[in-house]
Amino acid sequence: MTGGRPKLEAMAYLDHAATTPMLPAALDAYVAAARELGNPSSLHAAGRGARRLVEESRERIAAALGARPSEVIFTGGGTEADNLAVKGIFWARRDADQRLRRVVASAVEHHAVLDAVDWLGRHEGADTALQPVDAAGRVDPEAFAELVRAHGAEIAVVSVQWANNEVGTVQPVAELAALAAAAGIPFHTDAVQAVGQVPVDFAASGAAALTLTGHKVGGPVGVGALLLGRDVTCTPLLHGGGQERDVRSGTLDTPGVVAFATAVEAAVAGRDEHVSRVAALRDDLVERVCAAIPDAIYNGDPADRLPGNAHFSFPGCEGDALLLLLDAQGIYCSTGSACSAGVAQPSHVLLAMGADDPRARSSLRFSLGHDSTKADVDALLAALPGAVERARRAGAWKTPR
Amino acid sequence: MRVLAAMSGGVDSAVAAARARDAGHDVTGVHLALARNPQTFRTGARGCCTLEDSRDARRAADVIGIPFYVWDMAEEFHDSVVDDFVNEYAAGRTPNPCLRCNEKIKFAAVLDRAVALGFDAVVTGHHARLGADGLLRRSVDLAKDQSYVLAVLTRAQLDRAIFPLGDSTKERVRAEAAERGLAVADKPDSHDICFIADGDTRGFLESRLGSAPGDIVDGRTGERLGTHNGAYGFTVGQRKGLDLRVPAADGRPRYVLSITPVTNTVTVGPREDLEVDVVTADRPIWHGPAESVTCEVQLRAHGEVVPAAVAVSPDALVATLASPMRGVAAGQAIVAYRPDPEGDIVLGSATITAGSRVSSHA
Repeated sequence: MTGGRPKLEAMAYLDHAATTPMLPAALDAYVAAARELGNPSSLHAAGRGARRLVEESRERIAAALGARPSEVIFTGGGTEADNLAVKGIFWARRDADQRLRRVVASAVEHHAVLDAVDWLGRHEGADTALQPVDAAGRVDPEAFAELVRAHGAEIAVVSVQWANNEVGTVQPVAELAALAAAAGIPFHTDAVQAVGQVPVDFAASGAAALTLTGHKVGGPVGVGALLLGRDVTCTPLLHGGGQERDVRSGTLDTPGVVAFATAVEAAVAGRDEHVSRVAALRDDLVERVCAAIPDAIYNGDPADRLPGNAHFSFPGCEGDALLLLLDAQGIYCSTGSACSAGVAQPSHVLLAMGADDPRARSSLRFSLGHDSTKADVDALLAALPGAVERARRAGAWKTPR
Repeated sequence: MRVLAAMSGGVDSAVAAARARDAGHDVTGVHLALARNPQTFRTGARGCCTLEDSRDARRAADVIGIPFYVWDMAEEFHDSVVDDFVNEYAAGRTPNPCLRCNEKIKFAAVLDRAVALGFDAVVTGHHARLGADGLLRRSVDLAKDQSYVLAVLTRAQLDRAIFPLGDSTKERVRAEAAERGLAVADKPDSHDICFIADGDTRGFLESRLGSAPGDIVDGRTGERLGTHNGAYGFTVGQRKGLDLRVPAADGRPRYVLSITPVTNTVTVGPREDLEVDVVTADRPIWHGPAESVTCEVQLRAHGEVVPAAVAVSPDALVATLASPMRGVAAGQAIVAYRPDPEGDIVLGSATITAGSRVSSHA
C-alpha cells in the first residue's frame, strides 16, 4: 500500500457519499465532448455546436428532475450552488425589503450551507438561526411551522437539505417547502446526496431552489447545478459574462456539463433498480456489522434513509484510528467531514442529533454506490472486527496521563 | 517493521521517513496537529503546525510513497507542553518544551497510540544516534545534535524509537532531500518555541499569567534596584532586559541569579555569583552502569559540557562539577554523557532543582 493511487480491484470502496466512480457512459461522453472545439457563447458554428451540447444537457437534467430547462443554472459544483442559493436569494430578498434579514438552515446542513449562513451573519448583518433536529437527524415540521408563524415576515431564505451526507437521513422536504411557500419564503434544498437515491422532482417538491452535483451521481467533479425557480430572484456571486441567466458567470464547461447530464439521466433512470440492489447490500452490511460488533450504534433513521448509507458509532474507538486500520487493508470509508488540515473533527451532524463528543468522534460512514458488490461488504466484515478491537485498545490514548 | 514516521513538514522528518522506507520498513506518515488554531502560513523560521506545514508533510509522503494522516494532538500538547511551560515559569523555573514534547507527546501519546494500532516503532527526524547497541549518542553533526532533548526518554521509549539521521550532517540531509525530489529540501530550519509564533516569550507568559509587578534586588546587599512586571519573565543567567535604574557600584553588568516566586523577587548580582559547582536534580532517567560515575554533563540545550562526578539514586541526581558553570537554571535538564569516539553516549538525565557554590571563588 502506498500513498499513490490505489488499484481499483484491490480495494473495497465504501465512500460513495464522498465521490463516486464515473460511469463509463459519462466518461465516454466527457472525452467525446472534450475533443470538440468551441465556446458555447461564441456565435460561429463551433460555438453553436458547443452551445447545442450544453442546451441538450440542460434539457436532459431538467427532464430527469421535474424542472424546466430555464431553471437549470450550471455551476462549478455543489458548494457553489449552495452558496449561490443561500447568499444570492438572501441578498435579493433583503435588497427588496430591509425587514427580510433572517436566514434559517437546519443544524445538520453541509458546511457549504452552514458556512454560507454563518458568513451572512458575520458580514451581512443577517440573523441566523439553525433549526434543531431530532435524534434521527430530522427537522420537525411542527417546530418549523412555529418558526414560520413567529418570524415569517423576517425570513429571507430557508435551506434544508434533502438528505444528509453523513447519516443519510431524508428530510420531509415537501412538507417544509409547503410551509415556507405558504408564507411566501423561498425554500432551498441541497439535494446533492439525494439525486439518484430517492425520487427528486423539483416542481413537485415545492422548493424554490435545489442543489445537485455531478460527482455524487457518477459524473465528473467540478460541475453541478442550481435548479432555480423562474420567479425566484437571486443576486449573483460571480460577475462576468452572465452566461447562466445572468445569475452565474463563467465560460461553461461543455464536456463537464455533457458528462454531468449523462450521469444524472442514468442515475435517475436506473434509480429503482439501484435502490433495491444497493439497499439490500446495505441492509446486509448493517445486519452483519451489528452481529459482529454488538455494541455498535447504528446512527440516523433506520428506515427513512439513503439506500447506500450505513453510519455507525463504535464506542471506545476513535473514528480516525479505525479509518487508518481499514485503509491499510484497502477498505475506504469516512469519518465525516474533514477540515482542510485533515484533522478529524467531531461531526456537527452527530452532535446536533444529541450524540456526545466521544460518540461523535467514534463514528464511521460506509456509503455504497452503483459499483458496490457483496465482495465489498465481505471485505469490510473480514477487517472490521479486528480493527474495532485494535482501535479500542488505542482509544485510551485520549485519557489524561 | 511497521513504523510510524512523525512528519512535521520539515526537511529532517521527511528524510527520516524516506530512509526508514528504504531500510525496508512499512512506513506510515503522520503529521501532528498541535496548535489549537493553526495559522495558514509559516512566518520565517518560527511557528509550526501551520496548514502549510501539514501540506508540506503530505507532499513529502506522496513523494516517498507512503500513506499519510494528520493526528490531532492539540489537546495533549496544550495540556502536557504549553500548560507545563507556563506553570514552570510561574514556579520560577526555566522549562525546555522540546524535551517535554518528546517525553509526553512524540514518545508517549503518539507512541502509545501507534503501538496500540499495531505499529512497532516511531521514526523521527531528530539528530541523534540510536544504534543496534541501544545506546543513545550525539549526532555526528554536533551543531545540530538533539540528544539533549531526547535524554529524558526511558529505556522502553528508546526501544521503540528510530532516529535515521544521526549519522548525517544537516547539510547532507538537505542534499539528500534535494536528490529525493523533496520540496522541503531548502525549507528554513525551525527555531525558537513552536507555539510562540512571534518569538516573544515574555509577552506570551504575560498574556497567560498576567502582570505581576515585583522587586529586583541585589543578591549581596539586599538593596532594591528596580521593579519588574512578572518574575516569570526572567531566566537565571539573563543579563538583558533588567532595565535597572541604579548602576552597579563597580559599573559591571548584573545577571539574574535566582527567581523567588513566593516573594515575586528577582535577585541579581555580578557574573561570578552565577557560578555553581554542585548541581542537584530530580526525576532521574538513568541508563548508566553505576550509581556513581565520572562523566561529562550538559546543563542546557546547546550548552557546553563540563567534567563531573555524578551520583544517582532512584529519586535524585547530584553532579559535582570539575569547574564552575554559570547560567544553571532550575527546570532545565542535566544530561550526563560518556565521551566516546563513536559519539558521546547518553548515560541519563534529570531535571535541575538547584545549583550551589561549594568551592571558594578563585
